[in-house]
Amino acid sequence: MENSRRRFLKNAGFSILGVGAGSMLIGLSAHTSKAVSPDAGQRPQFSMGDKAMEAERWGMVVDTRKLNDSICRKMQEACHSIHNVPEPVGESAQRDQIIKWIWPTEFQHAFPSQEVEFLAEDAAHRPVVVLCNHCDNPPCVRACPTRATFKRERDGIVMMDFHRCIGCRFCMAACPFGARSFNFRDPRPDIEDENPDFPTRMRGVVEKCNFCAERLAVGKKPACVEASDGALTFGDLNDPDSDVRKLLAEKYAIRRKPNLGTFPSVFYIV
Amino acid sequence: MNDKNKIITGLVIFFLVVLFPFWFNLIFGAADASTAPEPELTEKAEKAETCVAETEHMRTEHMQILDQWRDTVVRDGQRIYVAENGKEYDPSLSNTCMDCHSNKEKFCDRCHNYASVNPYCWDCHTYPEETE
Amino acid sequence: MLEKALRGSKKYWTWLLALAVLIAIGFFFYLRQLYFGLGITGMSRDVTWGFYIAQFTFLVGVAASAVMLVLPYYLHDYKTFGKITVIGEFLAVSSVLMCMLFIIVDLGQPMRLLNVIFYPTPNSMLFWDMIVLNGYLFLNILIGWNVLDAERNGVAPEKWIKPLIYISIPWAISIHTVTAFLYCGLPGRGFWLTAILAPRFLASAFAAGPAFLILLAFIIRKFTNFDAGTKAIQTLAKIVAYATLANLFFFLCEVFVAAYSQIPEHTAHLEYLFFGLHGHGALVPWMWTSIALVVAAIILLIIPQARQNETTLGFACVFVFVGIWIDKGLGMISGGFIPNPLHEITEYVPTVPEVLITIGVYAVGFLVLTVLYKVVTGVKEELAG
Repeated sequence: MENSRRRFLKNAGFSILGVGAGSMLIGLSAHTSKAVSPDAGQRPQFSMGDKAMEAERWGMVVDTRKLNDSICRKMQEACHSIHNVPEPVGESAQRDQIIKWIWPTEFQHAFPSQEVEFLAEDAAHRPVVVLCNHCDNPPCVRACPTRATFKRERDGIVMMDFHRCIGCRFCMAACPFGARSFNFRDPRPDIEDENPDFPTRMRGVVEKCNFCAERLAVGKKPACVEASDGALTFGDLNDPDSDVRKLLAEKYAIRRKPNLGTFPSVFYIV
Repeated sequence: MNDKNKIITGLVIFFLVVLFPFWFNLIFGAADASTAPEPELTEKAEKAETCVAETEHMRTEHMQILDQWRDTVVRDGQRIYVAENGKEYDPSLSNTCMDCHSNKEKFCDRCHNYASVNPYCWDCHTYPEETE
Repeated sequence: MLEKALRGSKKYWTWLLALAVLIAIGFFFYLRQLYFGLGITGMSRDVTWGFYIAQFTFLVGVAASAVMLVLPYYLHDYKTFGKITVIGEFLAVSSVLMCMLFIIVDLGQPMRLLNVIFYPTPNSMLFWDMIVLNGYLFLNILIGWNVLDAERNGVAPEKWIKPLIYISIPWAISIHTVTAFLYCGLPGRGFWLTAILAPRFLASAFAAGPAFLILLAFIIRKFTNFDAGTKAIQTLAKIVAYATLANLFFFLCEVFVAAYSQIPEHTAHLEYLFFGLHGHGALVPWMWTSIALVVAAIILLIIPQARQNETTLGFACVFVFVGIWIDKGLGMISGGFIPNPLHEITEYVPTVPEVLITIGVYAVGFLVLTVLYKVVTGVKEELAG
């Protein structure tokens, strides 16, 4: 009896496994065939459009000499308002569960391993604006278990796919620049003026600066660059004739934590 | 096999519980369950006559199309969609779909509620009434 | 065999009921977290992993430590452990289960968990962690259950189980190695960026795990007729002694490298943990308690008389377990996040809901452990009687 029961359970188990695996295969094949429409006529196609700005590797040069508090505030406002970044309020601000894409900090925090002793007082406290570096070798992308964060091979932008992010926050641990934020709660109640052209996020996903990919697609420069009064320059790092390359050829610029081998695409003139 | 009665009682209870949705609907929900709601079109949608694909195709496959849209826009950065009918669209839920179908409650929610699906699109994407 | 778990004393059922209550409380708060978001925890933009992931790290160690029973018995034919390997394997089962639950409660979007399988990403260590943890759980359930069943029926375990046992040995090492790799491969996190992290994790695991097994053996002996045997316990005690010493040694190696090189990225975290940094020092008393406990345990464990006395051995095991829990379950994870990459300090203190959810997960683990051990002791008593 013992034996027959065991055999029954075994068979039942294998049948369930088999049915499960089979239906999964059917599901997969059905999925692929459904993705392409069976209807007649030309198949739908995607394209970039004529207005889109394209580059091999987008990059930015920050001239810290031109930065001051009001410009920094303007840049942050421009960025946060169009991207529906919630205003830090109440408990979330208290607990540092806030979200920021671009923000001003001091030299010693932006460049903690490049300490300059005896820096002039005004230089030491002049704001340095920091954001995602869109590294050429991004450790966050390496760490992500679902490829929810990925580097666009076409233009080097490190992007987030909010639909896919499982909220494990591995990318936040991996980022050596503290550029990433996590939605510890539903951000919507804390967004004052929601921009209908850009989605908000939901609780439980990670977000960060996207180099205004949605604006580049329609031929506009990033919002912070437009609001920067010339302190920020944006362009293709792989094009020797671009504005950023001309500036880099002229001025001595540094990057944050170059020793970590992430190859940031944001440069700082100090 | 002395526990025959217990086993049979157990099986009966088990099947009653497992088949709950069926017998519940048979007894109590018959009227509601039988009629599938029709999505309502706005004036703008009526005028356009055609969506990005045939109506029948949209009805069954709109989730696959949206899925493809979001992957192509977010991951490949391609933001122009040339549909089967040759027209160009901005592949965007908020800006294209909801522009015509601005009546989310009567267009989207009705069927979704009927089919008891709860897509999380609206957790992030806006729809017209919300921003007004 | 599971029927053994259905008949028990009043104490047994009261204990299970108490655990069920804790699980219910934890689950209630987990639902709140699910609804509100991880904002109900003490984690922040700077300290993005907290109590949950720390418990996960600690418990991977407890799970891996089953190998300390399996390896001597199966590779060296050390018969004394024959009676209790299944105790170790079932401890591994419940620990890995808790590990997985801790990962799940830590996710911002747990409903999308399967994305890890839908979009497999071999360059992410979390992907490998999923594989090794699931594999280890599967191996230990299969091995433990089959060997116990064979023992009950008085026959040799089935042949195909042997290769699985041999696989489970390096697999146990792998789970804690991969867990260390989650942390030690991240640029810009100086505290974890050390090749010795995996060995250190293993050393602390082989100290805390067997220490816990000794305590469990004491408890089992008190409540059932199953005795692991003095010899087995004494051998385990020696393993705990060596592993605790190795763990302290590795830790001191870390301290030397940081303190002698005086590279700020490496010293800052240790400074924060043990002395406080810029006036922030929430963990300072904890870390010194941990050191004191581990040192006291080592003294008790290396003096033969103290080790052989079961009262002092019990104390030593509690010291080791608590000391390493503080080190891994409190200091190791948040210590790596403080100071943050911009050298700013945000401290981390778990909130009440966070702690209750954690207790709930532990209660699930202990519930499974109790049921499994009930089966084991039931079978052993049946065989003895």
